[in-house]
Amino acid sequence: MRVGVVTFPGSLDDVDARRAVTLTGGEAVSLWHASDSLQGVDAVILPGGFSYGDYLRCGAIARFSPVMAEVIKAAHAGLPVLGICNGFQVLCEAHLLPGALIRSDRRTFYCKDQDLRVESTDTVWSNAFTPGQQINIIIKHGEGNYQADAETVKMLEDENRVVFRYINGNPNGSLHDIAGITNERGNVVGLMPHPEHNVDPVTAPTRDGIGFFESLARYLGALASRTQGGTA
Amino acid sequence: MSVDTVANAKATPQVQQPWAELGLKADEYESIKQILGRRPTSCELAMYSVMWSEHCSYKSSKVHLARFGQLEKTTPRGPLLAGIGEQAGVVDVGQGWAVTFKAESHNHPSYVEPYQGAATGVGGIVRDILAMGARPVASMDSLRFGKLDAPDTARVLPGIVAGVGGYGNCLGLPNIGGEVVFDDCYYGNPLVNALSVGVLRHEDLHLAFARGTGNKVILYGATTGGDGIGGASVLASETFDADGPAKRPSVQVGDPFMEKLLIECTLELFQAGIINGIQDLGAAGISCATSELASAGDGGMHIDLDLVPLRDNTLTPEEILMSESQERMACVVEPANLGKFFEICAKWEVLATVIGEVTEGDRLIIDWHGETVVDVDPHTVAHEGPVYQRPLTRPAWQDTLIADSTDKLPRPQTGIELADQFLAVVTSPNQADKSWVTDQYDRYVRGNTALAQPQDSGMLRIDEATGLGVALATDANARFTMLDPFVGAELSLCEAYRNVAVTGAEPVAITDCLNFGSPEDPEVMWQFSQAIDGLIKGCQALGTPVTGGNVSFYNRTGEVNIMPTPLVGMLGVIDDVRQRVKAGFRAEGDLIALVGPATPGTGGIDGSAWAQVVHGHLGGKPPQPDYAAEQGLAKLMIQAAKDKLLASAHDLSDGGLAVALAESAILGGLGAQVALAGDDFEELFNERPARALLSFDPEKRDVLTSLANAHGLSLQVIGRVTSIEEISVAGSFSVSLVDLTRAWRNTIPAALGIGGQD
Repeated sequence: MRVGVVTFPGSLDDVDARRAVTLTGGEAVSLWHASDSLQGVDAVILPGGFSYGDYLRCGAIARFSPVMAEVIKAAHAGLPVLGICNGFQVLCEAHLLPGALIRSDRRTFYCKDQDLRVESTDTVWSNAFTPGQQINIIIKHGEGNYQADAETVKMLEDENRVVFRYINGNPNGSLHDIAGITNERGNVVGLMPHPEHNVDPVTAPTRDGIGFFESLARYLGALASRTQGGTA
Repeated sequence: MSVDTVANAKATPQVQQPWAELGLKADEYESIKQILGRRPTSCELAMYSVMWSEHCSYKSSKVHLARFGQLEKTTPRGPLLAGIGEQAGVVDVGQGWAVTFKAESHNHPSYVEPYQGAATGVGGIVRDILAMGARPVASMDSLRFGKLDAPDTARVLPGIVAGVGGYGNCLGLPNIGGEVVFDDCYYGNPLVNALSVGVLRHEDLHLAFARGTGNKVILYGATTGGDGIGGASVLASETFDADGPAKRPSVQVGDPFMEKLLIECTLELFQAGIINGIQDLGAAGISCATSELASAGDGGMHIDLDLVPLRDNTLTPEEILMSESQERMACVVEPANLGKFFEICAKWEVLATVIGEVTEGDRLIIDWHGETVVDVDPHTVAHEGPVYQRPLTRPAWQDTLIADSTDKLPRPQTGIELADQFLAVVTSPNQADKSWVTDQYDRYVRGNTALAQPQDSGMLRIDEATGLGVALATDANARFTMLDPFVGAELSLCEAYRNVAVTGAEPVAITDCLNFGSPEDPEVMWQFSQAIDGLIKGCQALGTPVTGGNVSFYNRTGEVNIMPTPLVGMLGVIDDVRQRVKAGFRAEGDLIALVGPATPGTGGIDGSAWAQVVHGHLGGKPPQPDYAAEQGLAKLMIQAAKDKLLASAHDLSDGGLAVALAESAILGGLGAQVALAGDDFEELFNERPARALLSFDPEKRDVLTSLANAHGLSLQVIGRVTSIEEISVAGSFSVSLVDLTRAWRNTIPAALGIGGQD
């Protein structure tokens, strides 16, 4: 399992994402924003941070970087892509996911151990969870308020594309308590919480983030056995 | 307008110069003329004025800080790798790792412009750490404000917190702790002390100097603009008066994204081994960087000021020299390495410009439009500023203050009164939950945070393979220091030492950030001198050297000085962060015990949180430090952590046992039933040092008791952790843990609103 982690100027949690990939048995591959090569990775993570400073809309500049052109192409072809926090914002700006993330209703940066409910296990990044499972994942952002028009939100709900929902309190004002969503195909997932932080009990309150990487491993494993005609 | 060149200065000795407006005193101006053998050019005057300001030259504090020199340069873990005088001290923490840490004040700018003042305070100290060759890995901030319900606190506090968070979060540095303290004395003069910590391998240590004739001087990072001009000499050296806010343009504006690029770019330049000397640009900007780099090297330096990239091309050469534009670094590079240097800068999209070179001789020469505007011995600018032996006087009111003890204050007569006062102290602004502040900081980024607020210290994992880590705590007890500056400084040191120790880490070294009133006031200088001596005595006794520090004077509003506030930042080392001990109770049925000196000391009510909260009183004598007990406690805690004997540990400090008990219960979500020997009031509220509140499995009682005794301490079991949601003190009162928690959490949000309303 070779997982690419993109570093934009201003990416901060790229180190953490690479560590989480390694801890869960994968090989982390650093991808540079200015390169147009994905180095043949099996999946891509767009990490948290403030890409290009995010002085404009969050993710608005990163979306035009050379690496994103390749990520967009590959995502349309089914490559698993996980956007965490700033990565989620980039995915929305890139129109790989619908909607937008605006300033949180509390109007400050907010760092918290947040309860979530897994709403859909029908994605590359959530299939190791059970539907309705309650997990706790760190959030830390100032602009995580998910907004979309009513039609889009209805579509997301109807198609079971809300993957994670905030419970026991909505930290940022997101519509329908939406914490994370997926695309139609289920290979692209974006969320504000930081699963890459929740992998080590010494440095995080839970290890609930591991499920994201297990989900990917399961998906890639199944994919491999399918393409090898079940001979594995 | 023609430029004031060196030739012009020689030809026109009689010209009137605005030395007073630039903050220089008459005799300082005279000595500049003496050094140069002529009047300074306007550029030279700009340089001397910023470099000789209190902020940059330490002219009032130097003679006192020199006394730190008598301390051993050795920590319990080995010799210091770099000490006082470098941009930041460097401590060997073992396994080939070194840690550098330093605190710096940004008090005055943060009053004028809270957000940018605090933000650029974080940025400045991070660059100091970076300049040592270290990767910055965490921040802490120690903040002091006027009363929580004072009108201006609602302006200053949210702005400062947003600034600390906005800058630090964007750099990807976890904020692992600090302090938030409220007292009327900081109303017109908040304190913003930012601490940064960095990590490096021993072989990567870099010190600033400019060596090798022909080597190039490069300025890289942000362009130079008009922000912060005169900030160092004007803002940091004079107090605020009614027209304070008019100084707004003097505060720098930060760009944390640029700083993040600067960090990654600089670390890659270090990695490539192509930096010969490096200096961050902070206060006094190019004046400071060029004079410090040149005077630390063995040659001279020639700078062509026309080459400095500008944001604003109307800037005069004087302004370029003084500008405190943020996110800039200067370094010295061999010509052969320039290609590689520019390649790395280009990768990170960081602008880099050769602005001069190292020359033969010992002069710093700066040209502008082809004419020489500065020709000085850089050492006279950077290191030969005035040194003042300012008069010091023990205040006449000191004895009156000491005589005004708490003995005459009414104490609670009934269990109900005691319960009310317990609640009042625990939920008072200084003891209440600080999540409103700390939730605005990212404490998780980089994935090595083993402890963060509200624990007694922040803790970071340094080595992922072995678990080696460091703990850091910052403490200042200004109330004790007001009563007795010598003892107050000692107690601040002891508290920081204890905060590190209770988490299981070994305290090894300190940095300081000394916040005082006006040095021109002999009473303030006496407080300052006493505090230094107190720190020296304490550091000698505890074996923790001073690695460096910062002095901030002129902290006052009008004529009223702040209480002396000597902040101590203590660094500890823990062999494996998995052994760390947290403050919250962990399991029902665990025993609760107080551990402390075998012979209990006396006092501890004078200067206490109880006296402040219940009676608005400050007077009497602080308790005496007990170094043997502090060291015994540290040894006990380190051993107990290693042997996994403890469920929780929390130091006793402000608010005494009352606050420790409440916090351990609240953080653990578990109740406590205790019975106290002696007077319940005294037991709950005295603030005698060298004590901690522990909880542990009953089976560990004997081994912990003998371990405590072996270290000269007594361990006294006072009760049990329960699943009943209340804290009860036998024979006195019980309070609901749910109500207590709610009130404790609500104090600050109730005053400031949910989130930061802008």
